Amino acid sequence: MTAGGAAARPGGPAQRSRAALGRVIARRPPAGALLQGAFCSLVLAFLVAPILVIIPLSFNAEPYFTFTEGMLRLDSEAWSLRWYRQVLGDRTWSLALANSLLIGVAATALATGLGTLAALGLSNPAMPLRRAVMGLLISPMVTPLVIAAAGMFFFYSTVGLAQSHLGLILAHAALGTPFVVITVTATLSTFDVNLTRAAASLGASPLFVFRRVQLPLIAPGVVSGALFAFATSFDEVVVVLFMAGTNQRTIPRQMWTGVREQISPAILAVATFLIVFAVLLLAVVAWLRARAGGERA
Amino acid sequence: MSAAGPPAGHGPGRRARLRAAGLALPLVAFIGATFVVPLGSMLVRSVYDPVVADALPDTLERLRDWDGSGAPAEAVYEAAARELLVAREARVLGRVASRVNRVRGGLRSVLVRTVRRLREVDRGPWREALIDIDAAWGEPPTWHAIRTAGDRLTMRHYLNAVDLQRRSDGAIARQPAERRIYVALLGRTLLVSLGITVLCLLLGYPLAHLIAHAPPRRAGLLLALVLVPFWTSLLVRTTSWIVLLQSQGVINDLLVAIGLVGDDARFALIYNMTGTVVAMTHVLLPFMVLPLYSVMRTIPPQQMSAAASLGASPLLAFRRVYVPQTLPGIGAGSLLVFILAIGYYITPALVGGQSGQLISNFIAYHMQTSLNWGLAGALGAILLACVAALYLVFDRLVGLDRMRLG
Repeated sequence: MTAGGAAARPGGPAQRSRAALGRVIARRPPAGALLQGAFCSLVLAFLVAPILVIIPLSFNAEPYFTFTEGMLRLDSEAWSLRWYRQVLGDRTWSLALANSLLIGVAATALATGLGTLAALGLSNPAMPLRRAVMGLLISPMVTPLVIAAAGMFFFYSTVGLAQSHLGLILAHAALGTPFVVITVTATLSTFDVNLTRAAASLGASPLFVFRRVQLPLIAPGVVSGALFAFATSFDEVVVVLFMAGTNQRTIPRQMWTGVREQISPAILAVATFLIVFAVLLLAVVAWLRARAGGERA
Repeated sequence: MSAAGPPAGHGPGRRARLRAAGLALPLVAFIGATFVVPLGSMLVRSVYDPVVADALPDTLERLRDWDGSGAPAEAVYEAAARELLVAREARVLGRVASRVNRVRGGLRSVLVRTVRRLREVDRGPWREALIDIDAAWGEPPTWHAIRTAGDRLTMRHYLNAVDLQRRSDGAIARQPAERRIYVALLGRTLLVSLGITVLCLLLGYPLAHLIAHAPPRRAGLLLALVLVPFWTSLLVRTTSWIVLLQSQGVINDLLVAIGLVGDDARFALIYNMTGTVVAMTHVLLPFMVLPLYSVMRTIPPQQMSAAASLGASPLLAFRRVYVPQTLPGIGAGSLLVFILAIGYYITPALVGGQSGQLISNFIAYHMQTSLNWGLAGALGAILLACVAALYLVFDRLVGLDRMRLG
């Protein structure tokens, strides 16, 4: 990475202090550092630019997916809010939003409750079969979604849960729990067990200890796990494709149709909303992490 | 808990174990019911299919006495004619026909046409009647196909999934060349996933290094730039690439505008494997950068100085001191990216066109379009086995409980 200049080799190291030496090396040969900086700028552009491109295009007055000459000339005629008006006035989109929120919130509540309890159990050194149970509980995160969705389709159909909101809530909760388990377990790994011991020795009941000592300390982990679970559900489309009927269409499902069938910049307007939403989620998680005091949940 | 502990310690130990297990139990039960059992029901379909056996029980029973050459006995024809008509009444004829057809192409139409015309025949001999409707009823391969499709328990979907078939004489042989697609598909999926993993590593390693050793404020900002795509909807990101890469898209327009490409020679950057690889690398890159970053930031920069003070060149110090310490991050990120890549569905489905499809897309196709659920199950089981093996390696090398998000 930082190959390049040979100038980094310090002369008489014995005379220099360790710290000064560290600075010399940390500054690294300018050529290598510049190269790395340039390369990384390109990688970051690759990561972020595609997402940013969507935002101006959503204000396109024409039904195109590219910049018109007028837009480039900053001609006010070429920019418009027509796609936003179309999305906001379209009942299918508002229905999709309602479905996404309902399914997302319910699945998140379920995943967070069950996941937090399980993480408390898993963080206890006395937990039997810890590794196997952890492997089982994380598995929904890595299982190819198509297989999971196909299996859910078969099984939920036989128990009458396909094409129902409840079926999707259960499915999304299952997919969201690994995130809660991971974030809460991570928070608990820095949790000082002596705190609960101290509380217990002062006569607090286990439930009281949990509510007044443990929960406040692990709350950031629980909340960021919940946000991950919600984001998972809010963005999930494969299970929805297999299991949802027309009454359970969600935002990603509508986006899918939009991309596959009737490409219109209206989906760019929706995408812009989703980008803003993602940045908000990210900000909240970052804030929680900062609050938890360098906790790496 | 511990064997060496005094007997008195045994009680609370067991209680603590029960309490820990009790806390985890609700989620274990929930995942079992909503996730593991459904997954199992999918896999069961790859070996178990009762449709034909349930629809044609007498036919199959009587076929047992058939020696496999020449036309079967009249009793077989009688049972087949009767049971096919019943199947039609019960509205399962289509499902029976499609299963027989998968064993031997062309039999779907034979079955459907036969049943349609059988209604005009009210008495035997059934052998003549059936052969009169379609000569295929006089040929042994037809009856072999029905007998094969009538097995409740079958390995043929797995054979099919690895481009093999069981010939009517029982020997296992390769599929005809034009039907050999799944081994190549699995190979392509693994290869593309490997390529994407390598790309992510090449792009992600320098970036993670930069972030890990930047001053805190700048590191936070750079990390946010990695996390924005991580949190952004997958469909949004895939849409972005369509906007950028399609032939009338931003990149091609730009290339035409600056005169690098003619208007009629625009690049085909999407709806092919290029589109799949570019979009998937974009989607999976944060999964590489984040584990690398969390390992790299624990490496004190003084180590590089120490190596240098001992006479190592920057390149040598980097290679011999720095890189080995980042191996856990490389392992974690690569395994994660690879595991996610081989099961990917949405991005190839939207930007892969014909040539950029991966194994998941074929599973979805057999689930939703061809309705060959047995084959979908077998392909799914093979994919799942790959993922499970990698998942175990991940647990061994990295440890699931050390996994961190964002």
